[in-house]
Amino acid sequence: MTRSSRPMIPPKKKHVGRAISHESAREHVTGGALYTDDITPRMANVLHAWPVQAMEAHARVRSVDASAALEMPGVATVLTGEDVPGVGDVGAARQDEPLFPDEVVFHGQPVAWVLAESEPEARRAAAAVKVELEPLEAILTVEDAIAKESFHTKELRIVRLEEEHGAIEDALKASPRRLRGEVHVGGQEHFYLESQAALVYLDESGQVMVHSSTQHPTETQLIVARVLGLDSHAVTCQSLRMGGAFGGKEVQANAWASVAALGAWKTGRPVRVRLDRQRDMTLTGKRHPFLGRFEVGFDDEGHLLALDVELFSDGGWSLDLSKPVLFRAMFHVDNGYLLRNARVRGRVCKTHKVSQTAFRGFGGPQGMVVIEDALDRIARATGLPPEVVRARNLYREGDVAHYGQPIKDAGRLGEIWETLAESSELARRREEIAAFNAAHPHTKRGLAITPVKFGISFTTAFFNQAGALVLLYADGSVQLNHGGTEMGQGLHTKMLQVAADALGVDLETIRMMPTRTDKVPNTSATAASSGSDLNGQAVRDACMAIRERLMVVAGTLFGCAPEDIVFEDGEVFPAGRRDEAKSFGAIAKQAYLQRVPLFAAGYYRTPNIHYDEDAGVGKPFHYYAYGAAVTEVEVDGFTGQYGFRRVDILHDCGDSLSPLVDLGQVEGGFVQGLGWLTREELVWDPESGRLATNGASTYKLPSLGECPADFRVALLPKAREEGVIHGSKAVGEPPFMLALSAREALRDAVAAFADAPPLVELACPSTPEAVFWAVEAVKASAQDAAAAEE
Amino acid sequence: MTIRFRLNGEPIEAEGVDPHVPLLHFLRDRGLTGTKEGCAEGECGACAVVVVRRGPDGKTRFSPINSCLVLTPAVHGQELWTVEGLADAPDALHPVQAAMVEKGGSQCGYCTPGFVMSLFAEYYRPGRAPGEVDPEAISGNLCRCTGYRPIRDVLVELGAPRKDRHAERLGAPAPAPEPAAHEAGGVAFRRPTTLAALFEALAELPEAKLVAGGTDVVVEINQRDARFDALIALDAVEELRFHEETDDAITLGAGVPLAEVEEALHGRVPVLDELWPLFSSRLIRNRATLGGNLVNASPIGDSPPALLSLDAEVVLVSAKGERSLPLADFFTGYRQTALAPGEILKAVRIPKPLPSIGRFYKVSKRVLDDISTVAAGFGLWLADGVVTKARLGYGGVAATPVRATAAEQALEGKPWNAATVAQALPLLEGAFTPLTDHRGSAAYRRAMVPKLLEKLLADTTTPAEAAE
Ligand SMILES: Cc1cc2nc3c(=O)[nH]c(=O)nc-3n(C[C@H](O)[C@H](O)[C@H](O)COP(=O)(O)OP(=O)(O)OC[C@H]3O[C@@H](n4cnc5c(N)ncnc54)[C@H](O)[C@@H]3O)c2cc1C
Ligand code: FES
Ligand code: FES
Repeated sequence: MTRSSRPMIPPKKKHVGRAISHESAREHVTGGALYTDDITPRMANVLHAWPVQAMEAHARVRSVDASAALEMPGVATVLTGEDVPGVGDVGAARQDEPLFPDEVVFHGQPVAWVLAESEPEARRAAAAVKVELEPLEAILTVEDAIAKESFHTKELRIVRLEEEHGAIEDALKASPRRLRGEVHVGGQEHFYLESQAALVYLDESGQVMVHSSTQHPTETQLIVARVLGLDSHAVTCQSLRMGGAFGGKEVQANAWASVAALGAWKTGRPVRVRLDRQRDMTLTGKRHPFLGRFEVGFDDEGHLLALDVELFSDGGWSLDLSKPVLFRAMFHVDNGYLLRNARVRGRVCKTHKVSQTAFRGFGGPQGMVVIEDALDRIARATGLPPEVVRARNLYREGDVAHYGQPIKDAGRLGEIWETLAESSELARRREEIAAFNAAHPHTKRGLAITPVKFGISFTTAFFNQAGALVLLYADGSVQLNHGGTEMGQGLHTKMLQVAADALGVDLETIRMMPTRTDKVPNTSATAASSGSDLNGQAVRDACMAIRERLMVVAGTLFGCAPEDIVFEDGEVFPAGRRDEAKSFGAIAKQAYLQRVPLFAAGYYRTPNIHYDEDAGVGKPFHYYAYGAAVTEVEVDGFTGQYGFRRVDILHDCGDSLSPLVDLGQVEGGFVQGLGWLTREELVWDPESGRLATNGASTYKLPSLGECPADFRVALLPKAREEGVIHGSKAVGEPPFMLALSAREALRDAVAAFADAPPLVELACPSTPEAVFWAVEAVKASAQDAAAAEE
Repeated sequence: MTIRFRLNGEPIEAEGVDPHVPLLHFLRDRGLTGTKEGCAEGECGACAVVVVRRGPDGKTRFSPINSCLVLTPAVHGQELWTVEGLADAPDALHPVQAAMVEKGGSQCGYCTPGFVMSLFAEYYRPGRAPGEVDPEAISGNLCRCTGYRPIRDVLVELGAPRKDRHAERLGAPAPAPEPAAHEAGGVAFRRPTTLAALFEALAELPEAKLVAGGTDVVVEINQRDARFDALIALDAVEELRFHEETDDAITLGAGVPLAEVEEALHGRVPVLDELWPLFSSRLIRNRATLGGNLVNASPIGDSPPALLSLDAEVVLVSAKGERSLPLADFFTGYRQTALAPGEILKAVRIPKPLPSIGRFYKVSKRVLDDISTVAAGFGLWLADGVVTKARLGYGGVAATPVRATAAEQALEGKPWNAATVAQALPLLEGAFTPLTDHRGSAAYRRAMVPKLLEKLLADTTTPAEAAE
């Protein structure tokens, strides 16, 4: 939202678009950057919390007996439901997350919390709390949930048909060829390096001060207030910076802040809750595992003619963000391909597992796995190279998505595809690889190119708003507040760049303030890749308001029209009269003396976003981000182990606000996606429902060894996006899905162990074991085929 | 006893520290929060700090370790550096810090101090040629944000170390291991420096838990809240820290950190050269010992299959004296060994001649720093192309590390070729009954047993040789 602005000389782009280091990089490397739990040793009298966990996936809580624990050394108190002055529920979407449950609904769920003088004491006492449980039947798989009709939502659906078809079945029937498939897509642990943490105390004014590692301080504030039975104004939440979040702290930071707040309320002392890694992994939700079932209609040239797909997500025990996640999966089941006829149905399953939640891509990646799987099947069935089938189905200029939104700039997809195919020497390498594979019976290489098209905006329209508060002091120094949180994505860096250009000052003139709810109220989560789009506009809006006021002051001072005033490099001067320049500080001082207000709030809301859930049509996205990747892998046929030889990426982030930051997002997103699709496997014990991979020793995120040996990343040049801050595009999530090329490359290598197998099924995540079995399967089917011929 | 050590050049004194408290928490509780906790089990490296230590070449060096796996009293008498102490002035950066800033090596910054410590140690590593790139230097640090490329670039472009106070420090001897005797919170801690003192301590505290590198024991403490009435550290016992080579054998002290074994034996025992890069990370190997790995007797420990393939023996010692036995006989059951009460593992003896072909294979989800799903060590002694002796050691397929003796016999006396392997394969199929767990299915593990022997053949012969 731009306010009525007076004509002016547009600010120069001096900082925006420059490759600069992360705004806190110096603090990161010296250990000076503080995270929520680093505040603890700097504060006196802190109590430490540890959960009393119920070790059943589903059970009724008969009793909780803390009497022995209360006698143990260092124990201050044990928090139970009786201590809650307000509402004992931390559910954000729906009140379905009791803090102190009567019924345990996932293995390890906390039923009470011990507060003690030290963490080891709290932990030991928690082990001494006796919890009596009556086990109930647990639903631990999607299939079981479907069979038992255990769902969080009704069926969501999107249907698009060409005129001649009355139903998807007709479109399928009309297709020359058809096939069916099913794919299980694994979940993913966020494994933000900084686990969940909160520190809460009552400050000198009696206010509840919440330090939380949260992506959504407003919601944390709201839920803490609800638990304590207070109005929002009695609670302030600060998110200083996060050691990674990736969606895992979008709603799932609320519970820990609430426990700490409750403890502080009850004891009057600062209370710290930090989950050690094992607790973090056992208690917090992850990327949703999905089951996709599909039937596709196509022709001999590999054109996708019809798609009927059902997506089931494993939502875990509470609703959380599962519904918008499912929606995004349904919106992105096209990835970058035109779906002429499609029926997309989706359902969130309710299971006795942790409550699955937001994670970079927010369902989009899971939807895309399904279409990439389908396209590979079409390629194998038609005998066409997968890249040919993919290219033939790419969206073109003028195409419309299955939910009715025109694909703006769809042509960029083909442009990126061709440029990348060229720069990565796809054709030449195909030949090289064929030669290598012919010479190596036990080792095969594979290559694949995949696209990404990702819609930007919160699909819940009202979240698409943001605020900022800029304070200019009379000495010319500036404090910058905005509603976004910093989790490593470089948002603060970009906001400083935007503000510095808007005010024509150095970055050092501006101090980025910690994100707090008492500076900017009613903020949205920093999520959906929208952080810089939304907050950037709000920051600029606030800065421009101040600039306009200073223009008037300076105009009077220099005796010129306000619109002729230039702000540059910390100087203010009339256009063409730089030698008369005064410092930005001097003008600020002048403005103060003239009683001009030197602070301004900024605000922005994304225009024209809507979606009709029942009709399944609308314009849920402001625009799309595009990219493509080529990955080459090498697979050992004896073990299924593999390595990533080379990756080429071309990604569209519009006119990059901050190229070093954006490059980092692209590379980091890719490797994180690679982890999800290949190494990272969540295993729940099928009997108890316990998460078996509950630590770094059992859950393997990518290490240096997964960083492609040859990693070539380029940002699409001249990619200005109109209507977005400085022509940039969101970059947090989209690159994650570039990693789909790695899984498809593995499939390509697997296929090379047989002669043009008609089907290559590959589990997801494609762990070495999964690849091994896929290799065995193509070898066996080749043998069967040979035997049949004899 | 007061725990005394040097931290970032300043003397530190601490009283009343429960010996279970890991160094990481000790540091953080004192406000040194640059050192981070990401996992508390040695996997992420966010807690990395540097100790000043004497290397196997006798020279002083900076050795990066996981502070989450070091018991605080074990640093008594030592000299440590943390991320807060590297720069020369509050507004200055150390070259590795500056490079991390410039290259975009930090995003959320939480892993960064750990990487900085690993890079710092590598920067000054004696003998590192400028331009030499050792990915192992940061293999024990995880980053969830960057995808590693910028950090790898920092490593690649480290350049020659500048002459500064840190370089100067390396010119002087490292502190000698000091004995320690410490009590707090009803827990006794001893750190003897001789075998005699160790046995005295054991006589005094017969139930004490022995801790060598602590990379298994402290994981138990952190992850499962294991508590002991007494702890005895082995890492300073002189008689356990040696290695020697004679005409008959190579003998390795049980208390030598694996990184030192690796360095000392480099190029001499091929199967071990293959093992180390696949064994945990440099950070862990700077503390972990062979003694710990063998006595832990995990079925998925990596040194047992490798040592089984070398036909190694173990040397056990107690107050009463020494005895030796074949490594295969040392493992008596799931996580059980032939150690008698009061007895410790002193050394591992690798007889000569070494096998003509030695290979170590590790099947795991991740290449660097992962625990084995299945591991295999293969040793073949050949004379004129004929296998005179075969040792096939496996891990991850049974309750203990095991030899595949039937298949070994099927290879012996035959030429090393495809026909011989084909005869041995059926003896490997179904030889063991592994379990399904989160690392892999029983079927996969079972399949790997013969597949790895096939791989050995493919890796050590040309197709023409194999067919002969
Ligand atoms: C992150 C990480 C990665 C790892 N990766 C691997 C891997 O890839 N492969 C692998 O095999 N292992 C791995 N391990 C396990 C561990 O590092 C090894 O088992 C290591 O060798 C143990 O040595 P330590 O000296 O640290 O043992 P400690 O923890 O000190 O001791 C282990 C056990 O041995 C006993 N003990 C130690 N020394 C003696 C002795 N001389 N006499 C009698 N008893 C003794 C102790 O009492 C204790 O019971 C890993 C561990 C971690 C934390
Ligand atoms: S905290 Fe992860 S290695 Fe120590
Ligand atoms: S920068 Fe976030 S974990 Fe490495």
